[in-house]
Amino acid sequence: MKKSLIHRIFYFYYDGFRSMTVGKKLWVIILIKLFIIFIILKIFFFPDLLKKNFSSDKERGEYVLENLSK
Amino acid sequence: MVENIDLSLVDWSRGQFALTAIYHWIFVPLTLGLSFILAIMETIYVRTGREEWKRITKFWMTLFGVNFAIGVATGIILEFEFGTNWSNYSWFVGDIFGAPLAIEGIMAFFLESTFIAVMFFGWNKVGKKFHLTSTWLVAIGANLSALWILVANAWMQYPVGTQFNPDLARNEMMNFWDVFLSPVAVNKFIHTITSGFVLGSLFVVGVSSWFLLKKRESGMAKKSILVASIFGLVSGLMLVYSGDGSARLIARIQPVKFASLEGLYKGREGAGLLAFGILIPAKETSGRKIHEVKLKLEIPNLLSYMATGSWKAYVPGIHDLIDGNAERGIMPAQEKMKRGLVARETLAAMKESRDKGDTAAYQALKAKFYDKDFMENYFSYFGYSFLNEPGSLVPNVPLTFYSFHLMVGLGFYFLLLFFVFIVLVWFNKLDNKRILLWLAVFTIPLAYVASEAGWIVAELGRQPWVVQDLLPTVAAVSHINASSVQVTFLLFAFIFTGLLIAEIGIMIKQIKIGPKEGGK
Repeated sequence: MKKSLIHRIFYFYYDGFRSMTVGKKLWVIILIKLFIIFIILKIFFFPDLLKKNFSSDKERGEYVLENLSK
Repeated sequence: MVENIDLSLVDWSRGQFALTAIYHWIFVPLTLGLSFILAIMETIYVRTGREEWKRITKFWMTLFGVNFAIGVATGIILEFEFGTNWSNYSWFVGDIFGAPLAIEGIMAFFLESTFIAVMFFGWNKVGKKFHLTSTWLVAIGANLSALWILVANAWMQYPVGTQFNPDLARNEMMNFWDVFLSPVAVNKFIHTITSGFVLGSLFVVGVSSWFLLKKRESGMAKKSILVASIFGLVSGLMLVYSGDGSARLIARIQPVKFASLEGLYKGREGAGLLAFGILIPAKETSGRKIHEVKLKLEIPNLLSYMATGSWKAYVPGIHDLIDGNAERGIMPAQEKMKRGLVARETLAAMKESRDKGDTAAYQALKAKFYDKDFMENYFSYFGYSFLNEPGSLVPNVPLTFYSFHLMVGLGFYFLLLFFVFIVLVWFNKLDNKRILLWLAVFTIPLAYVASEAGWIVAELGRQPWVVQDLLPTVAAVSHINASSVQVTFLLFAFIFTGLLIAEIGIMIKQIKIGPKEGGK
């Protein structure tokens, strides 16, 4: 019986990851890196200041207008 | 270097952005170049059916994978910095940055992320032609990702296709095609990706030379050198062509940067291009520090030609551009500062009248920002109003000068190297040329030096501007504590250095292992 497309795609990736050699080490590096970038850096060190401090574009515009025109 | 950085917020923010951009750019050009070299090699495999080409392709694909994996997402940190350290800037540029970056994200995700899996996992599982198509799509996708960020960068160098909205203090895109197809964007894209192609080619030539020196994988090494050298030579010629176009644009749009590239303080007709020279600090002139070029070797009239296409044309120097030159129709910077201040005071008055509810005054002042004459004669100098003195319009001349000459000099050396390697491989005379082979190995880091130097010319050379003439660095920065930027600067230095060590370590290990299966 022919397997479904989703089944075939799943096993394409599954077999691919299982047969990786150097790739496994790289995936560990990628996952650690993404964790540091998106969880640690983004949340604790890099807030979007205008989004965090103001609730609307009007307020953000007002703040920057004040900065640039004073 | 760190001890020389001023502890002010602006300098730390600039330093941090430079650090992350320079590290990010270590990973990007190899992805851009190697992806196309892989695609060419796999095309040869599919067309000839010879297994050795599959083996060659798979070897370079492994190295591509290492670089791609370590480098992926390092650019996102730059976007974080926009929101935190450069909030005035990120608001001011508005959707000019947002739209291209959103398109980049979608394209990169669908093209690269989908087909890169087929490229790595699909050998023997999908048809040869489908696999080849995936490899080409990864190469095209990677380079198109670069396109969008370069379009955004080009707008900062040459802001066109937009209208300033005074109510929101931000620029709004009026014509996507003006932004997308601006001459700076087109030229920058070609120049940047071809620099990546050259770097990727030098990487392949250098690594292959190492195999020849170790008397391993001779067949693979020579075939790789031939493909990479031809690709590198063709790309290098395109790089020179786009570099020439870039020089002409810079001379017109960013003349202070152009003069700084050559350490040209006093303008002249029939200006020559320095093939070599050393900058020595000289006596202050017009109240600013200047440098004199010593031991210079000049190619007559070439700078004039590069700037205008005419051998005898006048090229303004830094003094002309700052102090003005009535005879040549060059406006003094002081006048630009006055005009910029008029635009800024108009903006402040508009805001004040709006806040007070004076509708008539508000409407009249707002209308000025939609008036062609006001925009061309006053708002186009808006950024000058933030500068304390005209001398701050001059970038770091020695760094710009040396970066430019290093980039150009190395670029021509790379062309020569590709040509020599093509000839020697073609006539099968390469094996015993050990000095040349070692030279190719040590040229790999030089390719990175040239590539980074190009960005230093582009970005440091346009200081003090973040957006040319409209927003200087000092006005673009967020009002945050310098100490928080210092902490993240050190964090980034630590993380990126770790990634770079990992990249080099894994790469060297994989190179030493060499190709593993099939073929000769």
